[in-house]
This record gives sequence, C-alpha cells and structure tokens, in this order.
Amino acid sequence: MLVQNLAVLVLAGFVGFAVISKVPNTLHTPLMSGTNAIHGIVLLGGLIVLGLGAESVLDKILLVIAIAFGTINVIGGFLVTDRMLGMFKNSPNRTRDGDRR
Amino acid sequence: MTRDVAIQLLYIVAFALFIYGLMGLTGPRTAVRGNWIAAAGMGVAVIATLLTPGMGNWWLILLGVAIGTAVGVPSAKQVKMTAMPQMVALFNGVGGGAVALIAWVEFRQSLGFANEPEHVAIASLFSAIVGSISFWGSLVAYGKLQELITGRPVGIGKLQQPLNLVLLLAALACAAATIAGGSGQLLIIGLLVASAVLGVMVVLPIGGADMPVVISLLNALTGLSAAAMGLALDNTALIVAGMIVGASGTILTNLMAKAMNRSIPAIVAGGFGGGGGTGAIASGDQTVRRTSASDAAIQMAFANQVIIVPGYGMAVAQAQHAVREMADLLESRGVSVYYAIHPVAGRMPGHMNVLLAEADVPYERLKEMEDINREFSRTDVAMVIGANDVTNPAARTDTDSPIYGMPILNVDESRSVIVLKRGMATGFAGVDNALYFDPKTTMLFGDAKASVSEVTEELKAL
Repeated sequence: MLVQNLAVLVLAGFVGFAVISKVPNTLHTPLMSGTNAIHGIVLLGGLIVLGLGAESVLDKILLVIAIAFGTINVIGGFLVTDRMLGMFKNSPNRTRDGDRR
Repeated sequence: MTRDVAIQLLYIVAFALFIYGLMGLTGPRTAVRGNWIAAAGMGVAVIATLLTPGMGNWWLILLGVAIGTAVGVPSAKQVKMTAMPQMVALFNGVGGGAVALIAWVEFRQSLGFANEPEHVAIASLFSAIVGSISFWGSLVAYGKLQELITGRPVGIGKLQQPLNLVLLLAALACAAATIAGGSGQLLIIGLLVASAVLGVMVVLPIGGADMPVVISLLNALTGLSAAAMGLALDNTALIVAGMIVGASGTILTNLMAKAMNRSIPAIVAGGFGGGGGTGAIASGDQTVRRTSASDAAIQMAFANQVIIVPGYGMAVAQAQHAVREMADLLESRGVSVYYAIHPVAGRMPGHMNVLLAEADVPYERLKEMEDINREFSRTDVAMVIGANDVTNPAARTDTDSPIYGMPILNVDESRSVIVLKRGMATGFAGVDNALYFDPKTTMLFGDAKASVSEVTEELKAL
C-alpha cells in the first residue's frame, strides 16, 4: 500500500509541474489562490479522523477547529479566486495570452 | 467493500476534476470555469469521504463545517481587491493549521503511533511540523501585509540562523523521539511549538517586498503537508491534491523569485533591506522637484507617448478607475498610453493586471517588463503611480544596493518622469530611490487617487 501511494505521490508531483509550467503572468495570483483552495482538501483528513471516532473532549474540539479551518480554506479559497477572475470578464481583446485553451 | 470501491472511484473523479480545473486556470478564457471545476472536484471528494463506512460524530462535523462557512464566505466576499494577498495568506495558513491539528489528534489517539507502521508516524510528524510552520508563518505574512506588524525586516541579526537551526533540530528531535517509541504529550506539543516559533522566526525577518514569494512558498508547503497527511491516512485524494499544490506552488515560487533576481534560500535567510542602510542615498543633501496637477496634465496632454507605471500605491488608493479615466482622456487627444507591468509590482504577480482589468483597461495596453523596457527611451512622459523599488535605477547601477540585480522598469530612460507618491518614505525594500532625485523627475505628492483625479480635471479644462 505504501509503495502504491508513493507512486501516486511522485506521479502527482509531475502532473503538478506539467499543468502549471505554462501560465501567463496575469493569472499567477488567481492560480496561487486556486491551488491554495485545492489544498483545503485537508478538510477530508479532519472529516475522516473525527467521523471514525474521536473519544476525548480535547480531540473533538481540536478536530472541529480543524474542520472549520479546512472549510474556510476550501470555500474562501474558491470564492476569492472566482472574484479575482471576475475582474477579467469584461476585457474581450486578449490578444497575447488569451488564446490558450 | 463495494462502498470502499465507490469511494475510491469518486476520489479518482475528484482529482481528475482538480487537474482539469487547474489546466483551465492557466488560461484567461477558461479560468473562471476551471476554478468551478476544481471546486466541483472538492465537492465530490467531500461527499465521497462522508460515505466512508462507520462515520459518526455527524453533529460535530456539521458544527465545524458551519463555523468554517460562516467565517469563510463573508471574509471572501467582503475582502477588498487590495487586501487579496493577505487573504490568500490567511486561507493558506488555516489549511496548514488544520493539518497540524489533525496530526496532533492522531498522535493522541494512537499514543504516539505506538502500533502504527513507521511510515505513518513519519508522514504524520512531517505534516505536523510543516503544517505548524505554514500556519504561523502565514499569520506573520498576513500581519505584515495588513500592516498589523511592520513590513520591514525584523530580526535578531547574526543569532537568527543558529536559532532557526536549533528550533528545527528541536522539532526533529521530538519527532525522532516519537518514532523511537516515545509517547509523552510533551513530545508532540514541543514539536508543534518549536515549529510554530520557527515559522514566526523565518517570516519575521523577511522584508515586505519578498512577501509574495513567501506566501507562495508557504502555499507549496501546506500542499506538501496535505500530501504527507494523505500518506498517513492512506487517502489518495489527499495525496494527489496535496502533491499537485506542492509541485505547482514550488514552480510559482521559483517564477516569482526569478522575477526579482533572488534565490529562494536568500529570501528565507531574510534581511532584505535590513543591511543597515547599505546603498542608501544621502537624501538629506539632495532635493526633489515638486510639480502640480496642472503642470502634469499639460506635460502629458502634449506628449506622443505616455507610459503609466502602476504599483502598490495605486492599489492602496484604489486609483485604477481614476487612472483609466485619465488615460481615456489622453487617448482622445491622440496620446498613446501604455501600462508597464513589473512582474512583482504590488504585492503579488498579476496584482496590477487584476486591478486594471477591474477598471476595464484594454488588455493589449498592459505590457510586461521585457516588452515595455525598449519603449521607455521613446516615451515622453512616464507616470509612476505608487511604484517604488521596481523603478529604482540603483538595481542596475549600485552594486552595494540591497536590490542590486533585480530586473527593473527602465523608467529613467524616458524623457520625463512624473512620480505620484504620498510622501518621501522609502519603498517596501527600505531603500532610497535615485529616480526621485533625477533632474528630469518631478514629484506630485498626495493620495494617488486624488492626484490622478486632479490631473484628469485639469486635462478636461485644457
């Protein structure tokens, strides 16, 4: 299981490099914000550990905070990214960077 | 069994959506959709996780999600465009904080990973260290950008590096003791505290000019900690999403550091602009020339080409709409107007593009540094609006200057320069700007938005 997971880890790293390496400067900030939202996936960690059983009160408190943090990261991240990108909507002539699909 | 398979399949759907969404985010036309595709992936991942057999504590889960939503939605909706960078820092920080907290609970529940395989212990402790560094480092970055604490480098000088090393070693020692079989609560608390202090101490001495790079670095670190947590929990969605962020964040960090001609180790070593006034120009015996809004208006109205150089000052003053109005007036008089965008103008790459796009400035008017630098020598008036370090010719000429070697906009090559500035304070790097003392430079002091509006009024009256 560990070896499989490590393989996935390494491949995902290369996917990350490949996907991101070509980005117009303009989109750096939204992109950073978007990847920032994606690492909000840590929310899943909180859900699993709390959902599969936390006994002591301290554990429960810590995990509720962790889930709240993860939720802020996810929801806030995607919303902020969308707001940033909303700024680009009204400029129709994107001659230089615009034709990438 | 079948449910487990279903969950795994949904995870595959989720990270396929992440990757597809990220690909979308790299192009302007597809970016908005890409963001929502990635968000949909997150929805799928959360639902799949909630389907895990044996899930309980539903009310507490609901409570956590409700608190997160109640805090996250309003802060994302209400934050001003100028405050975006620190918001990203904050969202990044809470992600790291979540990782650290989860790792802490795992330690408590498994009594120091007593009966867990070694790799689970290692991955969890790694995520605890990195998550804690990321959380506290991001909070300091937030504080600096929000100007709750000084943007200038704060440090304890030569002791800084040894202290950071000691803190790192302390955290690693706690981790090693845990792996060796220790299970005392002090070990994990010591690890979290040492990492927290390390996070604070690493970011505190870094000057505000380097803050975009730092946020990007912390973003990548949080991604890595999420991936490590995925290894510990045997969760593919966490591994893939975390690692993709780790990889992309590293690239972005590199791009930014390159744009400033700085290496990441040098930035983390800190002290940008903290070298005790090296390369400082004796501003006391040099004078700057002031100008007025009407003079500036006349100067530009009869120019052939004007280049506007926006910086953080424009963002703070929310002057982008006023700037566009002024540019429209100039263009209606036959003046060609371009915007010179330095890669790190403002507080993050693309910061200026976002603001100017908000004001509907046509995209083709925004020129990146390499393209516009040739144009300055053919330009009659360069108007610098709240940009400082990115225009400082010392970066080209003064080998003693802390910013020597950073690529800059060659504003000083244009025939005349108008600098809009609040006062004679130095930029974020804390260095004097020789451009201001150049005989062809005139200064228009005041709030950027007010100054631009005044110039616009004068233009209308011409």
